[in-house]
Parts: sequence; C-alpha cells; structure tokens
Amino acid sequence: MTSLRIFFLGGLISFRALFSFLRPEIYIPSMLVAPIFQILLFVYIGRSAGLESDEFFVIGNAVQYAAIPCIFAMTFTIGGERFQKTLGYILVTPAPRLPLFLGRALPVIVNGFFVAAFALVVGGLIVGIHVPPSSVAPLALATAICAFSCTGLGLLGAAFGLLMREQAVLANVMFGFLLIFTGANVPVSALPGWMQSVSEVLPFTHGIEAAREIADGAPLADVADLLATEIAIGVVFGTVGYVLIRGAERLSLRHATLDRA
Amino acid sequence: MAESPRIARTLAVGFGLHLKMMTRSSFDGLLGVLWPLFFATVAFLMFRAGAGGESLVFASFGAAVMGIWSSTSTSAGSAMQRERWHGTLELLVTAPVHFAVILLPVTIAMAAMGLYSMTATLLISRFVFGVDLPFEEPFSFAVALVATVVSIGAMGFLLAVSFVRYRTAWALGNLLEYPVWLVAGFLVPLALLPGWVRPFSWVLAPTWGVDAIREAATGGGPWPEIGLALGLGAIYLAIGVAVLETVLTGARRAGTVALA
Repeated sequence: MTSLRIFFLGGLISFRALFSFLRPEIYIPSMLVAPIFQILLFVYIGRSAGLESDEFFVIGNAVQYAAIPCIFAMTFTIGGERFQKTLGYILVTPAPRLPLFLGRALPVIVNGFFVAAFALVVGGLIVGIHVPPSSVAPLALATAICAFSCTGLGLLGAAFGLLMREQAVLANVMFGFLLIFTGANVPVSALPGWMQSVSEVLPFTHGIEAAREIADGAPLADVADLLATEIAIGVVFGTVGYVLIRGAERLSLRHATLDRA
Repeated sequence: MAESPRIARTLAVGFGLHLKMMTRSSFDGLLGVLWPLFFATVAFLMFRAGAGGESLVFASFGAAVMGIWSSTSTSAGSAMQRERWHGTLELLVTAPVHFAVILLPVTIAMAAMGLYSMTATLLISRFVFGVDLPFEEPFSFAVALVATVVSIGAMGFLLAVSFVRYRTAWALGNLLEYPVWLVAGFLVPLALLPGWVRPFSWVLAPTWGVDAIREAATGGGPWPEIGLALGLGAIYLAIGVAVLETVLTGARRAGTVALA
C-alpha cells in the first residue's frame, strides 16, 4: 500500500512541485506550438527534397517531439530536486526506491503522450493528412507506447543527472540524436548501415514505424511486433536507468556529493 | 571621453566580454554548436535521400546560417531577464552610457557564437556528406557573413527589449527558432511557401543574410542582399532603441527595473 501511495501520489506531487513553472505562458509555446512548427519545417524540407509524404513527417515529428517532455522532465526529476535542495531529504527517506523513481515517470508519460497527440492532431489538420477513423485508437496506443519508451530513456538521463551539472545540455543532445536516428524524418532504410544499427535500439524507431503503418490502415495485430519491441526498448532503458540511479545515489552518498555535480 | 570613442569602446568591450562568457558556457558553447548541427544533419540526409545535387549546396549554406539564428533566438529573448536575475540590470541601466550600447554587443555576441556552428556545419557538409561547396567571391562572402551576424544580432536586440516585460521571455525566444528557419528560407526555397508568408520573409534580416551568403558563395553578386540585411538591421535597432526608451522610462518611473 505504501509503495502504491509513493508511486501514484508521490509521483503526482513530485511532478506538480518540480514543474510548477510549466504555466500556460510556458507550456503553450514550448509544448503545443513548437512541435507544430517542427512538423511544418520538416514537411516543407521534405517537399523541397522530394522525399516521402506529408503524413510521413507529421507522424514522425509529432511522435518524436514527445522526447521534449519525456527526456527533459525525467532528467529534471533529479536535477530539479537538487536545484530545490530537496534531493537529500528524498534520498534519506526509507521509501522504496522503485516506486519512488518510477512513480515520477507516470505523469511524464501522460504529459508526453498528450504533447505528441496534440501535435499529431493539430499538425495533421494544418497539413491536411487523412487518417481512417478506425486507426485513431491504435494510433493513440502507439503514441502512448512511444512516450513510455522515451521516458525509459529519460530515466537513464536522470541517472546521469546525478553525476553531471549540465542536464539541459544532456537532454537537448539526447533529443538531437533521436531526431537523427529514429527515422522521424529520414527513412531508416536510407540511413547508412551503422546508423540503422543504432536506430534499431533507440526509442521511437519501431513506434514511429508502427504509427505510420497504422495511419495507412494497418490493423493493430500487424504492428504488434513493432509495438512490443518499442515497449521492450523502453523497459530495457528504464531498467538500466534505474540501476544507474541507484549506483549514482550510492556513489554520491559515499563521496558526499549529493547536492553538487 | 568624447562620446563616439566611448560608445565604440563600450561596444567592443561588451562584445568581447560576452563572447568569452558564452564560449565558457556549455549551453551557449557546446550546445550552440550541436543543436543546429542535429537539424542540419537531418536536412543533409533528407536532401541526399531525395533531390540531392544542387539542393545539397542550397541546404548547406542555409543550414550553416541556422546556427547564427539559433544562438540568438534562444538567448536574446531573455538577455535582459538574465541581467535582472544576476542583479546587474539596475547597475547597467544607471551607467553613463545608453543602455542600448550595453545591450547591443551582447546580442551581437550571441549571433557571433553561431559562427562556430556555421563552421562545423560547412565542414560536415563538405567532409561527411561530400558536398562540393563553391566559394566564388571570398571577400564578399566575408562581408555577407559579417552583415548577417550584425543584422541578426540587431534582431536579437529588438527581441530582447520587446520581451523584457515577460518573465517567460526565454520560451518566446525558443518558439521563434523554427519559424524563422522556415520563413527565412534557410532550408526551403521561399517559392515553396504559401504566398502570404512572403511579406514575413521580406522583413526578416536572416532572409537577406542567407541569400547574400549563397550569392557570394556562388558568385552571384551579394551586394543588394547585404544592403537589405544591414538596412533591416538598422531599422530593428532604431525600433529597439525607441522601445527601450519607453520601457525604461516606465520602469524608472514605477521603480520596477528589477521586477517583471
């Protein structure tokens, strides 16, 4: 029961406390308007380059933009506590660590899903793509799975947040790599071989591919393997991130460096 | 000290000082280089997979200038806010030189930081993607580069003074990054954009700056574009000074220079 409370209530309270600065005047330009312009930018580059359809770029960029809320927020769950001088208090509590850290991921996944879904709907309406009504629910599921897997990667960022000072730089770099490698804008098959190998193990690659197939009318069963792979990648990154967080926590306690990086 | 040398010295010292400070910041320095490079790499991959050829040359110079705008847009919006956080805004406002002379070199230094990114982008374009970049008019290319940096810096100055009353100026500055990349024709020919977008492109100095750089590189004669970029920069500066006067007068009267 305590673990469930820490997971749900603790996660929610933590999200509200750490992201109280996400007022509408920040949330709207950063989370709702910016992805629309990213979509438009790549739609027009795609038209200029004569590459793929508008739908390809709308789906790729809308889903990939979930990286902003997911990676930044997860990285900030550690950095933000340190900034607010509350990291030490949290880590000296006897609270079980698994619900403590994973609970923080849940609101992040929900927010990441909302941002991507909003970009998908509004970007799609502006550019004028058509998605069959029967594909809407599976598309939402694929988007939510992508938000989940990216939050797993974000947990890894949170672990590095215990070790380094410049978390904003780290989160931006992770976003940039996902932009290049996940097939959001360049078909994975058009990437050099070594880049294709990297893209195979990154969040979004399989989810975006599944979302595109769903938007083209494929039933959920046809993309189940892609979505399962996406979930597995999220679980692996999340597990590695959690283990590293525990390791970094022990390291920082041993060296008394919890409040500095 | 006579007024002109004092202004020139303040501009030069301010530019050098802020450039040094930014090169030591991993956010402004390292990320300032990497961030536009991510987008440039995607664009190169897209053009290589698609149209290729001449479009890669077009994209290379456009992608190179993206960094100049990025380093300005993300930082200039909150330039005055940052001084406020540091507790130095009141001191700067009460300094004997006009505050515009203090702020302008800050935003030009931000734009100049983009030159690192520009160099990196051109090197990657040449040596990773094998784009055969022309440099037909080296002298006018250098002038076009300076004109682009100065005019984008002046645009940053206008952003800085326009957003001063907004606590969340950084979010507005960030928001302007993608639209200007698109509307100024960095990676997409303006002819592909809807007609109603053109007037917005024409009043943006980066549009003429990137055009000038492309013309100089390909030997097309960049001087009209250089003139337009600098002219627009001067207009931004004049509007910025007028806005600054209004904002500062109001803030002094209300005693709210340090508040927003």
